[in-house]
Amino acid sequence: MSETILEIEGLTKTYPGGLKALDNVDLSIRKGEIFALLGPNGAGKTTLIGAVCGLVRPSAGTMRVFGEDLATNWRAARARIGLVPQELSTDMFEQVDRAVAYSRGLFGLRSDPARIEEILRSLSLWDKRKEQIRALSGGMKRRVLIAKALAHEPDLLFLDEPTAGVDVELRRDMWKLIGAMRERGVTIILTTHYIEEAEEMADRVGVIRQGRILMVDDKSALMSRLGRTEAIISLVEPLAELPASVAALPVTLTQDGRQICYRGGDGSGKGKAEVAALTKALTHAGIDFDGIDIHESSLEDIFVDLVEEREAGAA
Amino acid sequence: MGFNFQSTWAIYTRELMRALRTAFQSILAPVLTTSLYFIVFGAAIGGRMPDLGGVDYGAFIVPGLLLLTLLSESTSNASFGIYMPRFTGTIYELLSAPVGVAETLVGFVGAAATKSLILAAIILTTATLFVDYSIAHPFLAVGYIMLVAASFSLFGFILGIWADSFEKLGIIPQLILLPLTFLGGTFYSIDMLPDPWRTAALFNPIVYLVSGLRWTFYGSADVNIWVSFGLTVGFLAVCVGIIAFIFKTGWRLRA
Ligand SMILES: Nc1ncnc2c1ncn2[C@@H]1O[C@H](COP(=O)(O)OP(=O)(O)O)[C@@H](O)[C@H]1O
Ligand SMILES: [Mg+2]
Repeated sequence: MSETILEIEGLTKTYPGGLKALDNVDLSIRKGEIFALLGPNGAGKTTLIGAVCGLVRPSAGTMRVFGEDLATNWRAARARIGLVPQELSTDMFEQVDRAVAYSRGLFGLRSDPARIEEILRSLSLWDKRKEQIRALSGGMKRRVLIAKALAHEPDLLFLDEPTAGVDVELRRDMWKLIGAMRERGVTIILTTHYIEEAEEMADRVGVIRQGRILMVDDKSALMSRLGRTEAIISLVEPLAELPASVAALPVTLTQDGRQICYRGGDGSGKGKAEVAALTKALTHAGIDFDGIDIHESSLEDIFVDLVEEREAGAA
Repeated sequence: MGFNFQSTWAIYTRELMRALRTAFQSILAPVLTTSLYFIVFGAAIGGRMPDLGGVDYGAFIVPGLLLLTLLSESTSNASFGIYMPRFTGTIYELLSAPVGVAETLVGFVGAAATKSLILAAIILTTATLFVDYSIAHPFLAVGYIMLVAASFSLFGFILGIWADSFEKLGIIPQLILLPLTFLGGTFYSIDMLPDPWRTAALFNPIVYLVSGLRWTFYGSADVNIWVSFGLTVGFLAVCVGIIAFIFKTGWRLRA
């Protein structure tokens, strides 16, 4: 197993007012990986990032970054951590290149115009460097925030919902960019509430809900567990039993034989192919149907499954 | 513990640059108001006033006028400097940076105090157009001006962290600081007040500031210079203590 860059143990955050946004979170992040924290709104993703980056005071727990305790060695640690926040918070009247240069200085590094130029170019911001930030579009503002976070050449980068509110094209760019940063050896922790995004970018995925980490796994393992296809085929005539030709598929007969229900697949497209095979087999067997409802399970379905699994495991 | 010079410098220069963006207003406005005060109090009213403690009335009001601007500008510069990032959310960057209370204070408060010093120089220069005055203890005067600028920048910094609306940001300077400054002997000597008011005036902390600064200008004042100096240093120390406490607990800064 590769080196651990961030080790979180027993992290709990109770906000004033009593809301428990993080509940005894354990998480360890490996050096050089892209880790996606996947969870719905309000799951505690931003709170988790805030606790590591010094925006949120943890109620309990320990965090070790680069092998050092964050509570005592925060200066050295923070100098090597970058944060791109979820909100587009920028100094509206500041000029792009100055804002980025400021970030570098703030994190304790000497000014380095060549490095700043490289960062601005890699984010297609070079032409806009003399513009005031308020004159930029939302997508460009997010790039400025990324440039600011990269200005001090961090080893660990947090991206809080990097593609929220970003159009499809920019989202692709963002994914490429994140890939490029990983090439340079930056460890990246990003949050998202899109399964596809976690699937597209991450090496490993952690699923969080209501302040608890429900599971952490390699992306491929997670997708095969979670990426379910569900298809319901309405039959014209009720069936007493399934034909032998479809027995190998994960199908059941429901609604007193008036529906065939398929649940399977692994998120790689296998599910859709099997449903196609299923319909062919039914046609071949002379079983008529008048409706197919097929969908991929949503994040919410997955959470429900995971919670049920956990509770079954705990019982 | 360590101190991050590079970070401090980054904060300090950026805060000054921000002021430069509105340099025209920030210079022209105080020049204009100071001129108005001199025309009204110095020329129009001053001619009918007796000398105070051997000082011509026009000259007498110079330290008071200076203090009037110094207090309000230091307070508002520093309070805006920290309130705006809180308001817009850009404070995330400062909180996630490898900087602590020392760097933040030297950066933000140092910049606010620097702006105040530049203003003081402008006001004193403007004053020479209207009145003849000389400064008895120039080094002490500069030192005292720096001390006051730093103290009230610290005070403004606390206000900027405490305030959770623009309204609250303005309330202390407008409703407390300004009246106290006007009543604090800016335009008169508290010796001119009849007795119950004279004693009451001694409870106004601004009296000691005005008096202290006036002493550095003319070598005489309403209260002993060491009392003024001691109180100003005490105020500065209390402000630093409060800010250190705020950073330790994260009050209004960290969720
Ligand atoms: N400053 C705060 N004070 C009180 N509650 C908060 C604060 N910030 C977040 N919360 C609450 O904590 C929970 C987790 O929020 P957050 O970490 O922002 O979730 P996510 O980023 O996953 O959407 C939510 O219920 C949210 O309302
Ligand atoms: Mg969030």
